[in-house]
Amino acid sequence: MHELSVTESILNIVLKHAQANEAGKVLTIGLKIGELSELVGECIQHYFDYLSKGTIAEGAVLEIERAPVIFECTECKKTFQVSLGDTKDFTCPGCRGAKVTLVSGREFYIKDITIS
Amino acid sequence: MADIRLIEIKEDILSDNKDLADEIRDTLGGQNVFMLNLMASPGGGKTSLILNTIRRLKETVRIAVIEGDIDSVVDAEKVVKEGIPAVQLKTGGFCHLDASMIKLAVNEMDLAALDLLIIENIGNLVCPAEFDTGAHKQAMILSVPEGDDKPLKYPMMFSVCDVLVINKIDYLGISDFDMDAAKERVVKLNPKIKIIEVSCKTGQGIEEWTRWLEKEIKAYRNALAR
Repeated sequence: MHELSVTESILNIVLKHAQANEAGKVLTIGLKIGELSELVGECIQHYFDYLSKGTIAEGAVLEIERAPVIFECTECKKTFQVSLGDTKDFTCPGCRGAKVTLVSGREFYIKDITIS
Repeated sequence: MADIRLIEIKEDILSDNKDLADEIRDTLGGQNVFMLNLMASPGGGKTSLILNTIRRLKETVRIAVIEGDIDSVVDAEKVVKEGIPAVQLKTGGFCHLDASMIKLAVNEMDLAALDLLIIENIGNLVCPAEFDTGAHKQAMILSVPEGDDKPLKYPMMFSVCDVLVINKIDYLGISDFDMDAAKERVVKLNPKIKIIEVSCKTGQGIEEWTRWLEKEIKAYRNALAR
């Protein structure tokens, strides 16, 4: 629901790095977004196309890699992946322990860009 | 035609917001002001919990409130009626408050005359969870009529909060809300979370809530003094 403000941040960061590297054009933007985030990829691309008009990032393609939700059991240290759509059981499959910590799923960063 | 180059960035998309939030925490720290970010669904009882908190603590704790709403000033008016300063932020459609908006509100406050600043975030269990506001602790309300399945539907919100207030427990008798199931789901997502059952209507549990808040303010001040 807050894709617009997020997209503005993405554009600002991309332009900063593109300019620092004397880019003529930004071709792709690699994003890593955790599965826990509710952001809609198509929506970000749509806003990006709109916001980037007239900049060197106009026409760049956003490549979004979703990071899976992975927990680590506090007791037996086993890590396990959870598919949010299918299961809501966050107990450790190894020891059935209920104390788990999130180790992946909240990522929210720009990995890289390709420029020419 | 120039070569295509790959540039590694690895920069947090919300890094600007995070930096600004840290700046707000520095400003508040300089004046010993503790800030709480209160989040919930629309109608969960954010304003009621704030009013209950004010009534119980206003003799001993100097409180002010930052109200976030898409439109209207009704919540701020209720707070001001209690004799408490309030700043209303109208987001004009925005689904959450971010650090830049909170900074505007904090700048309007007389921080030297405050101990506790409460942010009443936009009613929404999705977006506010992603944005650091500069608050020291995150609180959320789940109200009984919303159902015990909400931790399953909004895992992010439940995983970022320090305290969960389960409000409207006066409805438990006429609801199929399963308190044990709700708590179990929440603790699985967030083993460190503190859970407090209250009814803003009857006042049940409010004392436990304000005790938690006072303890957090004290801990914050002790940490600053060190």
